[in-house]
Amino acid sequence: MNALARIFATPQGIVFFVAVLFALVLGLINPAFFTPATLIDLARNGLVTGIFALGVMMVLASGGIDVSHTAIGAFAMYATMKIVLGIDLDLPIIAYFVIAAIIGAGLGLINGVLIGGLGLNTLIVTLGTLSFFRGALLTFLGTTYITSVPREVINFSRTILIRIENAVGQMVSLPASFLVLVAVTIVLAIIMNFTVFGRKVYAIGGSEEAAQRIGIRIRRVKVLIYVIAGAIAGLAGMTHVTLSRMANPFDLVGMELNVIAAVVLGGARITGGHGTVLGTLLGVFVITMINTTLLMAGVPSYWQKFVIGCLIIVGTGLPIVIDRLARHRQRMKRPLEAG
Amino acid sequence: MNDEASGSTPILQMRNISKAYGPVRVLEDVNLELSTGEVRCLAGENGSGKSTLIKILSGVVSADAGQVSLNGRQLGDDPMGAITAGLSVIYQDFSLFPNLSVWENIGFLTSVTSGDVVHRRSVRRKLAIETLKRMQVEIDPDAPVELLPVASKQLVAIARALANKARIIVMDEPTTALTRSEVAHLLDIVGTLKKEGVSFLFVSHKIEEVFAVCDTVTVLRDGAVVVEGPIGEFDAGRLVEAMTGRSVDSQRLPREESSVQRPFLAASGLGRRGNFVDVDLELRPGEIVSVVGLLGSGRTELAQTLFGYMQPDAGRIELDGEAVTFKSQHDAIERGIAYVPEDRLTEGLFLNQPIRDNITVSSLEKSTKLGIVSATSLLQRARNAVKNLRIKTPDVTPAVATLSGGNQQRVVLARWMERDPRLLILNGPTVGVDVGSKREIHELLVSLSRSGTAVMVVTDDIPEALALSDRILVMVRGRITAGFDAATVDEDTLYNEVIREDRA
Repeated sequence: MNALARIFATPQGIVFFVAVLFALVLGLINPAFFTPATLIDLARNGLVTGIFALGVMMVLASGGIDVSHTAIGAFAMYATMKIVLGIDLDLPIIAYFVIAAIIGAGLGLINGVLIGGLGLNTLIVTLGTLSFFRGALLTFLGTTYITSVPREVINFSRTILIRIENAVGQMVSLPASFLVLVAVTIVLAIIMNFTVFGRKVYAIGGSEEAAQRIGIRIRRVKVLIYVIAGAIAGLAGMTHVTLSRMANPFDLVGMELNVIAAVVLGGARITGGHGTVLGTLLGVFVITMINTTLLMAGVPSYWQKFVIGCLIIVGTGLPIVIDRLARHRQRMKRPLEAG
Repeated sequence: MNDEASGSTPILQMRNISKAYGPVRVLEDVNLELSTGEVRCLAGENGSGKSTLIKILSGVVSADAGQVSLNGRQLGDDPMGAITAGLSVIYQDFSLFPNLSVWENIGFLTSVTSGDVVHRRSVRRKLAIETLKRMQVEIDPDAPVELLPVASKQLVAIARALANKARIIVMDEPTTALTRSEVAHLLDIVGTLKKEGVSFLFVSHKIEEVFAVCDTVTVLRDGAVVVEGPIGEFDAGRLVEAMTGRSVDSQRLPREESSVQRPFLAASGLGRRGNFVDVDLELRPGEIVSVVGLLGSGRTELAQTLFGYMQPDAGRIELDGEAVTFKSQHDAIERGIAYVPEDRLTEGLFLNQPIRDNITVSSLEKSTKLGIVSATSLLQRARNAVKNLRIKTPDVTPAVATLSGGNQQRVVLARWMERDPRLLILNGPTVGVDVGSKREIHELLVSLSRSGTAVMVVTDDIPEALALSDRILVMVRGRITAGFDAATVDEDTLYNEVIREDRA
């Protein structure tokens, strides 16, 4: 296989190639695209998707799927605001994130018990809990926007890591919330690659029966997977508040397919056993770039769905086609001889 | 290492094990002992209780009565208990993680048993490399397991057990998927490890391997031990008799001579890049032809090409004297060719579907009038097939998964016979089938061929080819190197021909 064919032989390769192509075209149309300001803009826009995606990646690696993560995020974010406003205490910003993560972990535990404990199908369970968590949020916690968020949240959202001027003279800034993504990335990379638990996640995704036979306690591992994924979703929800400076209970739910698309484009397989932290971030980056830049270019928003849909089909289908062609060509190159 | 056990004291004792599933008694009062460095064969037909005994031993299933003790310590019904006590079971499917590397697979069991929290990459990788070296096996430790050939997967599974300091290794039909030379290598490794004091419980159908590797034998039949003792007290005949409860003669099946007829299928100069070349062969009604070759000799590809599943690059195929090209297997099926694949479980059967549906699925049109399928006709045909092929089942509605291996194989045969094929191609027709059923399947094939069907069998089982065929073709590295009349050739000649270039 030549170099170009090799790029197209993996989903990440195609995704990366499309990203580069996309950037080049945009750069030609609008030279201002190739500025650090664009990068910062993308980092900011992909922040919440990125945090969600990391949790979903772990679930996919174990051979499951989680569509309830956005509902967990929305529930955790709104509940955290309600709690903090209710007790009326001055808490440091870190406490907000801790509360949101604990609430998320609690909801994740429900997924974990249903999936790991009762052995139910992950898609069915999380489709159910997606609706259940969202319904519970709107029924019992409220449907009103919380616009007067605590001072700590406002302060945190005003904390800026980098601020630069873009081509048209506007200020673009990278908020401190970006550090949440950095922290989740580092922690998850350590869990997946340097703990036996993380390797068990991949093992279960590779073969559940084999895992059971060598004495891995599958139920326990699964429960923990969904608890961690829930905690990550809770952090994503809280991060969303710090970006929007209000808590809207109707936010977040609806973006779950976008998140799963990013994870799959990043190389995780829906059949389990595969998926990396870096690949996932790449997938998020590409999806965010397409969404953001099409929007900036004034393309109607339904085009974004169309483009991402194409990318998923091509990204997962083309490697298979190329692999088949390469095998055929390799065989035809051989002389008419056996062995 | 805990080498304090001398050769005479048993490292493993199973005493008075009984187990019943509902009203069905699977095991009754079974005793089994294993000493340090002993290789014991657990022999028995499918359904004799071997698998249940292994499951009890490994702690996956709990016994109704009796005890299992390892090194004098009693084991509970917990898989971890058995593993930490030094017992490893190597299952037929190896139970490896296809997505992980060789070294990680080998080290995983150790990580689990030692309760590690941190993934110790370099330590585990080193352990894996050392273990492979100790077994004198060359496998790339960084390759993902899914890319390995079957024989290497088997070795990785053994390495995993050894890396965890296993003192007892239970191997469940370890040679089913291996060719003769791979089996020989495996038996060598078993011999080496035995000298290091590792004990083996070897579950096998294959009589020749039992004699090649085992010190002692325990024969199970209908859930009870019928006979046990040192291998020296047995010969092949006595062992088979103990397993089946009747004497089975391993000689050639009796048959009527058939008159030579015009070939149904004739191939000339058939070749496919990388697989086989210059193949000439004729398949006639009323005749069984075996193509015998090692794994990778091109035998499977040849069979699949004749069935239209692969396309040849050179040569021609004639049916009834008329040249044909098969674009796909549908064309071949249309012309009356049937193919029973090598791996009936993954390629042939719908395991969770009823026996009836499995038998009739590829011949629905026979029961169809005006586009509507008649359920009564399907049921009738399925019942007839079950009767004709002596499939052991109370009815045609249970799922195929509930049948034993030999009976599953018969369901596949039944399906193709419902299409009244003119040529039946079988790839490894009795892989994983016990001795008694094997004989019955062979008898079925002979009577099928005598009723006018052309039969081609692809196999690496030489006794099978001898028992079954009229003519035997030997395939070595993609070429047909020799042809024999099965009635006159002897096993040694055939064996030497098959492995001729394998030695180079």
